Amino acid sequence: MKVTVKYFASIREALGTPDETLESSAPTLGALRDELIARGSRYAEVLARGRAVRVALNQSLSAESAVLVDGCEVAFFPPVTGG
Amino acid sequence: MVDVNPSSRVSIQAQDFNVSAEIAALRANDHRVGAVCCFVGTVRDRNGAATKGPVIQSMELEHYPGMTEKAIEAMIDEALRRFDIFAARVIHRVGLLQTTDQIVLVAVTSAHRGESFQACEFLMDYLKTQAPFWKKEQTASGSQWVDARVSDDVALARWGIAASNVG
Repeated sequence: MKVTVKYFASIREALGTPDETLESSAPTLGALRDELIARGSRYAEVLARGRAVRVALNQSLSAESAVLVDGCEVAFFPPVTGG
Repeated sequence: MVDVNPSSRVSIQAQDFNVSAEIAALRANDHRVGAVCCFVGTVRDRNGAATKGPVIQSMELEHYPGMTEKAIEAMIDEALRRFDIFAARVIHRVGLLQTTDQIVLVAVTSAHRGESFQACEFLMDYLKTQAPFWKKEQTASGSQWVDARVSDDVALARWGIAASNVG
């Protein structure tokens, strides 16, 4: 399935890209994170388990158990600091 | 009891805002309103304790277009469910801001002050930990992303919402 992935703030800077569209068979958000970590390099570093990374599915904060569907939008970002 | 067009409840914008004009629009000659509570966040010249840390020259605010509006709309819906208020308005600026600039406005109307005070604080606590904004500070020695604070998660927990931001 096709998934649009967006990155924000320090994660966007470290990866050098704001978004990408990819083909994935990952069933869940957590599995997609693992797929990206498996790319190694900066992806493995900024998305590493144990790092504070928040994940949104279709623009709502979601648990990593959330199920992906074709055409969905996923975002990875650090803890928020607005206000 | 939502008397404001939902499309005008939330604004994410680069330009500054006029607090008096926003309050006037929110009150909209509603004769039931007996209280308006308003919070304005501004760009401080230090992060953390007032006399520690490098002097902040400016601040860049990034957000997640689409999700930001959706998240704050949901927060306002929740505030309207929890508190006996008439209307709420949230404006958050993005882009490059200078010290002393206004960043955020939360304004709430109600019949009596208690509900407005509570809803205003609830909305700010929620926004600080659940709305996708990120601050980057510029100082003489370079720029750095601002760290999220545990104290903000604690503030939200007071409302019975356990949604950790810091991780």
